[in-house]
Amino acid sequence: MGSEAIIVFLIAGIVLVAGANFLSNLISHKSDNPQKREPYESGMTTIGPTWVQFKVGYYLFAILFLIFDVEVAFLIPWAVVFKDFGAIAFIEVLIFLVILGLGLMYAWKKGALKWE
Amino acid sequence: MIRALSITRSIHDWLYSSMSENMAYFIEMVLIAIVYLAIFAVAGLFLVLIERRVAAWFQLRIGPNRVGFQGLLQTMADALKLLSKELTGTEKADKFLYNLAPYFVIITALMALAVIPFTQDFQAFDINIGILFLIAISSIGVIGILLGGWSSNNKFALIGAMRSGVQTISYELSIGLSLLTMILITGSLQLSEIVEVQKSGWLIVQGHIPAIIAFMIYMIAGTAETNRAPFDMAEAESELGAGFHTEYSGMKFAYFFLAEFINMFIIAAIATTVFFGAWLSPFGITESIPILGVFWFLAKAMVLVFLMMWFRWTFPRLRVDQLLTLEWKYLLPLNLMNIVIMALIVWLNLTIQF
Repeated sequence: MGSEAIIVFLIAGIVLVAGANFLSNLISHKSDNPQKREPYESGMTTIGPTWVQFKVGYYLFAILFLIFDVEVAFLIPWAVVFKDFGAIAFIEVLIFLVILGLGLMYAWKKGALKWE
Repeated sequence: MIRALSITRSIHDWLYSSMSENMAYFIEMVLIAIVYLAIFAVAGLFLVLIERRVAAWFQLRIGPNRVGFQGLLQTMADALKLLSKELTGTEKADKFLYNLAPYFVIITALMALAVIPFTQDFQAFDINIGILFLIAISSIGVIGILLGGWSSNNKFALIGAMRSGVQTISYELSIGLSLLTMILITGSLQLSEIVEVQKSGWLIVQGHIPAIIAFMIYMIAGTAETNRAPFDMAEAESELGAGFHTEYSGMKFAYFFLAEFINMFIIAAIATTVFFGAWLSPFGITESIPILGVFWFLAKAMVLVFLMMWFRWTFPRLRVDQLLTLEWKYLLPLNLMNIVIMALIVWLNLTIQF
């Protein structure tokens, strides 16, 4: 099967979830009361909004991830053809990885990897 | 296309001989989708049972063994129960995103299953960038978790989703880099070709020391990526209720649950493919019987799944800062160094080949 597999599996996934949801709606027990529709919070009513500005540390790691993931994407083509190139590819990637390592060291030194 | 078993070949021939080409093509696609949905459901339900039996075994209990032979139908009964449960949800939730989230997790798990080579030619989607596809697909899965947690409008769910997000993206680097280490030996991203290379020795043997390091990193990162204990910060019961799926009930909860177990299987299956020769038998003892490839593949994958369950009952849960320290200060530098070692070994032809 070629790339149409993506479409087939996309449709299969949608059918699975939508079908099971439909079936569940059909046979499930239904009873409604206003308390049931409250967000769960250990039995208390939620105080204040939930959608607030969240801790910035998470976004810092997201940015770091973005940088390093792009580097991984750069390395993958290199890894595939490495056997054909040998020495020159090895030295070039050594330089690349050293720069990458220095970047990680910098982030480390600046305290970007510290969780507080 | 699935060509491994002679029965699928005869079905294929019969379809194309008895009706027009477009119709036969369509029906074949539907059949493949049904087969994979069946694999998806059976694997998910079976793994839940295994998890419970293994947990019981580690805790000197018996575990579910009443419904069906050795409890084989237990999870089926649970699934039916979940199906008949009421679909509650909060009034304050962002309804569209709340309902969209399960689609993300299920579809990504299903798509990742498509490229797994169960045996010779038993692979729905033999793409030439297989490993990259797997890495990419597993990144999309986390969007489903983030959507679910964010849209629930529940504080526990939001914290759980955020933790899950930061953990998954961090450990994704390690997964990518450790698989990249092995690509250096294979020189191809296509999973069927990776298996082909391993006919002269499984990659963990071919690559010896750096391969073993890469395998360890991969298993740690894989356990973290699937949000399993000891990295299950995202659903730490004692502090977050149920984590990102606190607000999901009934069948909608079941999707997350099912996808989590399928993801565990996928992590084990990728490790089997990349490190342990996928469907190849040890020393080629059953090479003449291709159908046994499925058995070998599943046996190896199950051993790795068992390893992940073993982790769960051995290590205490980590804190968020410990988790991030482990990834960014230990695994990532180790991984970068490991790539250099592996490159050196491949360059100097120091790999072990039979």
